[in-house]
Amino acid sequence: MRRAFLIAVPYVWLLALFLVPFFIVLKISLSDIELAIPPYTPTLDFSQGWSGIKEFFSQLDFENFVWLTEDDLYWKAYLSSVKIAVISTFFTLLVGYPIAYGMARAPVEWRPTLMMLVILPFWTSFLIRVYAWMGILSNEGYLNQLLLWTGLISTPLTILNTNTAVYIGIVYTYLPFMILPIYSALERMDESLIEAAEDLGCSRVQAFWLVTVPLSRPGIIAGCFLVMIPVIGEFVIPSLLGGSGTLMIGKVLWEEFFSNRDWPVASAVAVVLLLILVIPIVLFQRNQQKQTEAEQ
Amino acid sequence: MNSDVFAPWEDPQAKPLIQFQNVTKRFGDFTAIDNLSLDIFEKEFFALLGPSGCGKTTMMRMLAGFETPTEGHIMLGGQDIDPIPPNKRAVNMMFQSYALFPHLSIWENIAFGLRRDNMPKHDLEERVEEMLRLTRLTQFARRKPHQISGGQRQRVALARSLAKAPKLLLLDEPLGALDKKLRQDTQFELMDIQEKTGTTFVIVTHDQEEAMTVASRVAVMDQGQLMQVATPDRIYENPNSVYVADFIGDVNIIEGRATANGEDTYQIDWAEGQAPLTATSANGFAQGQACHLAIRPEKVTISADRPADAINAVQGKVHDIAYLGNLSTYYVELPNGTIIKAQTANTRRISRRSFTWEDPVWLSWTATAAVLLAD
Repeated sequence: MRRAFLIAVPYVWLLALFLVPFFIVLKISLSDIELAIPPYTPTLDFSQGWSGIKEFFSQLDFENFVWLTEDDLYWKAYLSSVKIAVISTFFTLLVGYPIAYGMARAPVEWRPTLMMLVILPFWTSFLIRVYAWMGILSNEGYLNQLLLWTGLISTPLTILNTNTAVYIGIVYTYLPFMILPIYSALERMDESLIEAAEDLGCSRVQAFWLVTVPLSRPGIIAGCFLVMIPVIGEFVIPSLLGGSGTLMIGKVLWEEFFSNRDWPVASAVAVVLLLILVIPIVLFQRNQQKQTEAEQ
Repeated sequence: MNSDVFAPWEDPQAKPLIQFQNVTKRFGDFTAIDNLSLDIFEKEFFALLGPSGCGKTTMMRMLAGFETPTEGHIMLGGQDIDPIPPNKRAVNMMFQSYALFPHLSIWENIAFGLRRDNMPKHDLEERVEEMLRLTRLTQFARRKPHQISGGQRQRVALARSLAKAPKLLLLDEPLGALDKKLRQDTQFELMDIQEKTGTTFVIVTHDQEEAMTVASRVAVMDQGQLMQVATPDRIYENPNSVYVADFIGDVNIIEGRATANGEDTYQIDWAEGQAPLTATSANGFAQGQACHLAIRPEKVTISADRPADAINAVQGKVHDIAYLGNLSTYYVELPNGTIIKAQTANTRRISRRSFTWEDPVWLSWTATAAVLLAD
């Protein structure tokens, strides 16, 4: 009895917070737009009895999904989101790995402090930090002022409202998610492995590529997924830092919902986004599982 | 000289493979190695023995190249190796933790060093197979380190460090992680492999039994200095100091004053109301010089009556008996409170043991059994 209850808790949680909302969204995506409240049709009406339910199901169709393939805005947005996610994940790794490496090699008494510094930005609202970047990156922003003052440039650089600003924003925001798993992989590594590699004829650089990197691979993979998965659906950063040329599916989704008030199409976009994300999430889970097995 | 006996350290013509020349190593204020000079010869199985913190690991890390001497030089085959980084030295090390690469198979672990030398594929495969055969690991070649036992991992570590055929192999507490039975088997395996490959081995250990078993010579270290460097039997039979006598094996130490009473023979006054003891020593002692008499428990005979012809005999009563199965150690308390240990082989069943607690007994030993040591 008690066991059944314990097992039931996560399933009820999953049912209430994932499956039920998902089916609501799925249902809306199969509906048609309507100028009403709620802004879609059909709605389930139990007062009509069995025929009402039959009527309800007969009105559902895949029109909206077909529409997603007809207008190239959508697949371009999906593709562009994946592209931005992949590129920014790469840059996050490029910036995050040396930081994680430095932390793991730092004296033991320093490590908690360094860890704190990595997590510290979370103590401020994410939105405020993105607005701060607008202040830094705008044409009259601090970065341009500094560069003009040092004489490196003579006219201000246009960074804000371009994809560059989006990349900067994403790398900055998601950096801790990259650093922490890599750090935890590197910190567990036995120092004598590096010495053994050197003893067997490796230079420092070779030892890094042949021993350190392969041993931190689970951390790298975990970090990349933790960054890439949320970035694909990212909305705030591209809408605040990106420009009209920045096409991301999160933005499209928002516009369908709030500008066009086309809930059925927006829901279809969300369902497809979820299906796209299922692939990396499953891969991520497999990576985690393999790692736990290897540690046993 | 008998050519069958391997003793290059006694041959003044022999050229040492490794020379520590007045080496000092400091870490900040702490002196780990204090002005130490030592020669190690080719094909030796040399043991550095000492308590933790005595500097033996620092010696080894200097040989591997992970540390450089603060003062002095280390020569390998006549060449000063101080400026040579670890990856360029013809020295390989077997790490205490084994340091096997967890992401590589046993085969790839052993091939790791050979690949760095860009050895041709065919030669490399042959060499790895040879190493696998030598350490009896052929059937585990495809496994990862976490899929084999501790003893097998130890052999992989050995195979990996031997694969490059180093001039010198360093072993850092190689058997520390193994249980006693496996350790004994592995000790003989190590000696076997050392003989087969003809490699010079330097082993670091805190286990004196291990050092005695495997080594051709043992260096006993304390606080960054060499206390004695000699063959295991000399270290045991002729320790040069109380420290060495006490560190190696079990020993009774009796303090007293030496008086010469013949050629190389001294009488030692050691307690009020006790007859003086007699011991021989080639080292000269001044009249009345303070000295220590070191006697191994197995060289003390225990008997019910005073042996008629014993040069040294003292009476006491059995205070305690440690039964070890094959041996028994009797702790005999003398009238002045001193405890002397005497060890006998249990050639008879325990129920027929001649002495038991509180029995009055006589302890005796010959003049040559004890070693007379200055302070």
